[in-house]
Amino acid sequence: MIELISQPWHWAISGTMIVFVMFLLLWFGGEFGVSSNLRTLCAIGGAGKKYDFFNFNWKDQIWNLVFIAGAIIGGYIAINYLGSPEPVQISQATRTYLQSVGIHVPQTLAEGNGYVPSEIFGHPFSPINLFMLTIGGFLVGFGARYAGGCTSGHAISGLSNLQIPSLIAVIGFFIGGLTMAWLILPNLLTL
Amino acid sequence: MKFIKYLLVGILFGIVMTKSEAVSWFRIQEMFRFESFHMYGIIGTAVILGAILVATIKKVHGHTITGEQIKFNPKAMSIPRYLIGGTIFGLGWAMTGACPGPMFTLLGQGVWSILLVIVSAVIGTFVYGVLRPKLPH
Repeated sequence: MIELISQPWHWAISGTMIVFVMFLLLWFGGEFGVSSNLRTLCAIGGAGKKYDFFNFNWKDQIWNLVFIAGAIIGGYIAINYLGSPEPVQISQATRTYLQSVGIHVPQTLAEGNGYVPSEIFGHPFSPINLFMLTIGGFLVGFGARYAGGCTSGHAISGLSNLQIPSLIAVIGFFIGGLTMAWLILPNLLTL
Repeated sequence: MKFIKYLLVGILFGIVMTKSEAVSWFRIQEMFRFESFHMYGIIGTAVILGAILVATIKKVHGHTITGEQIKFNPKAMSIPRYLIGGTIFGLGWAMTGACPGPMFTLLGQGVWSILLVIVSAVIGTFVYGVLRPKLPH
């Protein structure tokens, strides 16, 4: 059974399980939207005293913080007890492109499990990597709250509720993502 | 204690995020380069099933475990905030290969450098809150 679950999951299973998570959250009285936790963390830090956006009763959002605490545990369990027998299988085209910009996609578990490139995440303080991780993180945090949601809130929850605003947000996600993936990152990685 | 159930769903979510490989930086590059169907399959399946779920809940007037009506709040229509905010988010998503859910999942996986991304994301949210009155919405 463990061996079966440990295989990389087919995308249809993954998509179904994500909706199951959303169902459970709704049933429990919450909702599926992870980026609001970033706002809650700011509120806990006292930002609400000075800035309206963070001036709300963050205790109403404890359930969501507990949810992401669970996600941390889940990541730990999955990697350590449900690990796949081989690294993430990335397409040849992507592998070739990444090789051309100095990123090697692990082909055996000895090289890595294929979740994040060690060239970046294994050397986070080298200048370009530090720039990508911090500015990238900043853009995610700024953009997600500006748009009022991230992938979970808009692409999954919002589109499931047939919200046109969420469709616009997802279009924005792709404008940004495509610009970064095609125009900016290849140059950044070869600096 | 009422939060246990959220912890359990969160654990499930972390497992799903990992086994689906949606938390993989490599998968995100692959997605934005249209070099695999994988991520589109995941999101597409989730949206279709999610839409059926939401429609069903609305139709049967679904209730939460504590007996309240499950409510869906429609979002006010606007283009600037969703398009501009979304684009900024997308730039970061492609650069780090991680959106918020994956950030925390990767932390659990032991990718310590994701802490830099998380802290930066919180700062980004903070700066948004500060600048909010001056930004087009």
